[in-house]
Amino acid sequence: MLKQIDKGLVRETIAKRAEQEIVSGYYVNLGIGIPTIVANFIQQDKEVVLQSENGLLGIGVSPLKEEVDPELINAGKETVTASSGASFFSSAESFAMIRGGHLDLAILGGMEVSENGDLANWMIPGKMIKGMGGAMDIVHGARKIVVVMEHVNREGASKIVKQCQLPLTGKGVVSRIITERAVIDVEKDGLVLMEVAKGWTVEEVIESTNATLGISDELKVATY
Amino acid sequence: MKKVYKSFQEAVTEIKDGSTIMVGGFGLVGIPENLILALVESKVKHLTVISNNCGVDDWGLGLLLENNQINKMIGSYVGENKEFERQVLSGELEVELIPQGTLAERIRAGGAGIPAFYTPAGVGTPIAEGQEVRRFEGRDYMLQTALKADFSLVRAALGDRSGNLIYNKTARNFNPMMAAAGNRTIAEVEDFVEADFLDPEQVHTPGIYVDGIIVGIQEKRIERLTVKQEA
Repeated sequence: MLKQIDKGLVRETIAKRAEQEIVSGYYVNLGIGIPTIVANFIQQDKEVVLQSENGLLGIGVSPLKEEVDPELINAGKETVTASSGASFFSSAESFAMIRGGHLDLAILGGMEVSENGDLANWMIPGKMIKGMGGAMDIVHGARKIVVVMEHVNREGASKIVKQCQLPLTGKGVVSRIITERAVIDVEKDGLVLMEVAKGWTVEEVIESTNATLGISDELKVATY
Repeated sequence: MKKVYKSFQEAVTEIKDGSTIMVGGFGLVGIPENLILALVESKVKHLTVISNNCGVDDWGLGLLLENNQINKMIGSYVGENKEFERQVLSGELEVELIPQGTLAERIRAGGAGIPAFYTPAGVGTPIAEGQEVRRFEGRDYMLQTALKADFSLVRAALGDRSGNLIYNKTARNFNPMMAAAGNRTIAEVEDFVEADFLDPEQVHTPGIYVDGIIVGIQEKRIERLTVKQEA
């Protein structure tokens, strides 16, 4: 079951599917990595406000070279613009907004997600620990947490697991997992396969997932 | 009227070995560039530094690291510099990592006279080990104590003789809370309104939190230049 797939294409496939989670009118926080790419695919007809935890509500498109303001960055420290209707505020206000349950959705990257929705995405023991940044606050703040990640790691092992081996970012916080192979929901009694991506079969998804996977009555295949 | 320093050396002269200092900024945005340079020159050591990040190898707090002036770093994301990693692995530098929102709120609490508060961030993770966890309305929260500093070094776009400050865009970040949480707060401003005062409606940090002001030209280095290609 070895499929040669371009890494960039995998990330794009995941990001495009994740965009469908964004409903017009939502306030959304996008994490670093694949989540950041989601912004590139947001449909023009959706009215969406992107929050950046360093103190900006209303991230705009990347600036033209002559528009660059060194003091206008996103949480990934990239230069950005502010969209129409944007606002600036302190880090305390920003996390009050996050913890206070005012964001509709956060799309975050992941290293491991467990059957009960535990997320690990900040630290690999033995490697240099850089810090959790805002991830531990965000997982308890946004009303819905969607994790986007490749289905398996570099060694081919499932990133969806019975129990996380890596140190947690948050316990029981994930609602939905989106990979290049499938969309999986975290329900009360475990994981439920909701969608299978083009080029994959239900069997292949089950085989490459190291956790018990229920199958939704409304399972859809080849949706993205 | 607030003390207006003539030189950056003078502004940091009271900061002694072993001081705890808060330094504003997120990445390299909104850092008090020249106050940090003056600390490097002062050779003050054994500092405990509270700041979201720790600069890069050749700029910002990275310069203090390079000079072995920091004993302990309290922040939320600190690995952008190689020297940082080397000092942590060799045991020269102690690090305390705190979720970004918890860090911001602990500093806010420090300046607001609130000794401690409960937050959900970190519950069920390694950082909750040994911490007091309490249940409110069916959810678990962990107790976090306030942070204060001997000195806070902040950076603003504008300042006036009353010590009022206005920040620019995302350069605000941790600066307002740190201004309030420092026993002595020194503000580095790009522009000082000498003859007049800032519009009271526009003030972000009221002057009561600021003890001294100094004007400095900022380099405003960019960590990750991201631009749109012209059509």
